[in-house]
Amino acid sequence: MTTKSHVELDRVTIRFAGDSGDGMQLTGSQFTNTSAIVGNDISTFPDFPAEIRAPAGTLPGVSSFQVQIGNVDIHTPGDDPDILVAMNPAALKVNLPMVPRGGTIFVDTSSFTTRNLSKAGYDTNPLDDGSLVGYRVVEVDITKLTLNALAELDLDNKSKTRCKNFCALGMMYWMYGRPLEPTQEWVERKFARKPLLAQANKMALQAGYNYAYTTDLIPSSFEIKPAVIEPGTYRSISGNQALALGLIAGCKQVGLPLFLGTYPITPASDILHELSKHKEYGVLTFQAEDEIAAVCAAIGASYGGGLAVTSTSGPGIALKAEAMGLAVKTELPLIVIDVQRAGPSTGMPTKTEQSDLLQVMYGRNGESPICVISCSRPTDCFDVARQAVELAIRFMMPVVLLSDGYIANGTGPWKLPDPDSFESIPIRRPSDPSTYQPYQRDEESLARSWAIPGMPGFEHRIGGLEGQNETGNVSYDPQNHETMSLIREEKLMRVAEFLPEQKVVGPTEGDLLVISWGGTYGSVFSAVSECQREGKSVAHAHLTHLSPFPKNLGSLLGNYRKILVPELNLGQLAKILKFSFDAEIEQLNKIQGQPFKIREIKSAIDALLAQGEN
Amino acid sequence: MSDTKTLSKKDFTSDQEVRWCPGCGDYAILNAVQSVLPKLGIPKEKIVFVSGIGCSSRFPYYMSTYGFHTIHGRAAAIATGLKLINPELSVWMVSGDGDSLSIGGNHYIHAIRRNIDINLLLFNNEIYGLTKGQYSPTSPAGLVTKSSPYGSLDRNFSAASLSIGAESTFFARALDSDPKYLQEIMIRATAHRGTSVIEILQNCVIFNDGAHEWTTNRESKADHQLRLEHGKPMLFGAENNKGIRLNGITPEVVTLGENGITEADILVHDEKATEPTLAYFLSRMRAPDFPTPIGVFRAVEGPTYDQQLHQQVEDVKLKKGQGNLKKLLYSGDIWEVKA
Repeated sequence: MTTKSHVELDRVTIRFAGDSGDGMQLTGSQFTNTSAIVGNDISTFPDFPAEIRAPAGTLPGVSSFQVQIGNVDIHTPGDDPDILVAMNPAALKVNLPMVPRGGTIFVDTSSFTTRNLSKAGYDTNPLDDGSLVGYRVVEVDITKLTLNALAELDLDNKSKTRCKNFCALGMMYWMYGRPLEPTQEWVERKFARKPLLAQANKMALQAGYNYAYTTDLIPSSFEIKPAVIEPGTYRSISGNQALALGLIAGCKQVGLPLFLGTYPITPASDILHELSKHKEYGVLTFQAEDEIAAVCAAIGASYGGGLAVTSTSGPGIALKAEAMGLAVKTELPLIVIDVQRAGPSTGMPTKTEQSDLLQVMYGRNGESPICVISCSRPTDCFDVARQAVELAIRFMMPVVLLSDGYIANGTGPWKLPDPDSFESIPIRRPSDPSTYQPYQRDEESLARSWAIPGMPGFEHRIGGLEGQNETGNVSYDPQNHETMSLIREEKLMRVAEFLPEQKVVGPTEGDLLVISWGGTYGSVFSAVSECQREGKSVAHAHLTHLSPFPKNLGSLLGNYRKILVPELNLGQLAKILKFSFDAEIEQLNKIQGQPFKIREIKSAIDALLAQGEN
Repeated sequence: MSDTKTLSKKDFTSDQEVRWCPGCGDYAILNAVQSVLPKLGIPKEKIVFVSGIGCSSRFPYYMSTYGFHTIHGRAAAIATGLKLINPELSVWMVSGDGDSLSIGGNHYIHAIRRNIDINLLLFNNEIYGLTKGQYSPTSPAGLVTKSSPYGSLDRNFSAASLSIGAESTFFARALDSDPKYLQEIMIRATAHRGTSVIEILQNCVIFNDGAHEWTTNRESKADHQLRLEHGKPMLFGAENNKGIRLNGITPEVVTLGENGITEADILVHDEKATEPTLAYFLSRMRAPDFPTPIGVFRAVEGPTYDQQLHQQVEDVKLKKGQGNLKKLLYSGDIWEVKA
């Protein structure tokens, strides 16, 4: 029994890094789930390569998973890792720049072979050439420890070695006082049919835990008390998963079958994977031959009376643009999900960005106004998806839902709602065939009524050619085209009447308003909160509704001396705000495929406030 | 549901003025469709016409059924989504050689591959009409058009070869100039479960007049058309004494009575052959060496994607029970946070 110190922490950020085949995503997810179960607040950031299995041991093959846990409100996966677990030299090389001096680095020494060092581009071994001076390096032969622990098992060495990630996880569990049971139970479920593998993984986990407990390598263990979290039932959920569930819930509210027409694309494919599992909810998923077919099948399903969705990323939106215009013109409900990734062109498929805003707003021929909403974090995707359903049906129009790779793959603790509390969403069906016209509108929302094939007496024709107001008959009348263009624009504006007013967190007037949208929510919220604690006059407005904006947004802008818009692009929302409200906007832009760190936003805020003092 | 017994051609005619050029083959096709529909016993509200872009794609506006005039090349994809959400609908797709075989080629082959239960009318006039006369993917190489003043360099597609290559379960060829036979083929197509393609050789009087003249000319059509009949030898000609024989793996035209050829040597048409090989042979038979095959090339039973998709949903429901939203949300690793 050793006597080790025990330190209490508010929060900690851990980064698990290894080869793509080392199971780092799994290791990180297990640590996250267990932490959530013990009551910590959590936020995660999986950071993995596009290559499925880049050559083992190379820099492009490094896969990482960062998680921040805490007993306080956690809104981001953490700026800098306090601890890096590096399973090989390449993982160390790629991730070391992110670890501040003084940070702790766990390495698996057995992987630091001459061959692996050379694959990672190291001329000398960083473990003994002095390059890690200033870090707390914990060297453990994790591979050997795992093999020894599993010596008795009748398994080949390769299978045994594959358990080393759980050995590393066991060490982290001891360090942070996590129980082993949730992971042990998970292993049993996962390997229900392969009891030997289940046993091996559990033994490796236990070995790592025991090793950390008995040795002096780790100077102290830490305690992170449960966060003060709203009572309720929780589950850990990723953004894509939450979007999929939100669509199913929305469909139930509107009483229509869900149809997803889609084509696999990173980072949106998990929406298809999730929805394709839930056929017992009447969900129809259609993996089309291409992006265009995907949106067109959805439009066909919408015309036929389904709740139609297509999901994609930026390059897919580019291909779907013409069909989205058809949905605008024919005023059919359609949800277009864009899980944004770094562009242009193929860009960096697994890296996040917010650079499709202008594309979805304006990337179609003709005057083609469209409704755009966005989610901000994994746990609000469910509600934003339901809202997309409601807007599409109430206003009979396509709705673009913007997510991004960071939200899609990140996870957070989601307080489960009571689905019985969801109100049903009415559909406006015409009732009198004798007076029916396809483009007759509701006076308030301007939505046309929705007759679908199968309804006797309401047979009608619609299409992409400009149509006469009300009848929809093909019309080249100059005045009619202008009328219709204005109606389509006005209909979008009517959505603003239905939306809640834009809220602000912080002072209702003051020195600075920071405006965020999409996945930058967490970093901006945290940075602004820090400033507010320092007594600075800074407020935060997070926009869910990007087209149309909430009615009061323009007047809000006037209440602050300065406005800062941080974005993971070159200033797309900033541009729209500038010309929409003739506002002066300060920009903070980052385009590295990585989310904002809190301190990047904090220092931009501080710099702006300091300017104001001069 | 509307009464199907009293429906007449007039019930399928919309109030919109038909605006194809005078003499266009499309009129005969529209007329044939409007004549066939009352005979099918399908309630009008369950019939939908979906089209892409092109002259033929104006079709839905002239029908008084449900109709969707969509965008260039995408009718097959839109018809697919429509049929999938409501398999009870009778979905008709109207498209041309440019719309389906050029810009929409991908959707065309994939609809056929999936065997979506739709009726696909492919108007083939071997030219782009609506854009005023450029060569199409079915125009013969060398055709002089506005966009090919020195002759088109493109090798042309055979709609039949392409469709059968995609393992079409129903492929037929008909002529705008023989509307009675076209109606017969349409009735057969609607009886088929799966994607039924009818390639209609259609004449564009303005930009490609006479493109199918070799096949349709009154004087020579008996010698230039091979009317396909299931189970019958492939005989043709004014005296019905010419036939198709398979020489190794190459079809050839032979004459009965010459070189000892008898009817026993003539290939017998089998539209139900499991493998599409025979249908493919037919698709390769082209002027001037062969008569143009007219009729049903292939008609085989096969599962349709729309049926299978809904069956899968039903099977899962049977196995897992009707979905319960609360159960779905409250699944996975959940935990309680107590007050």
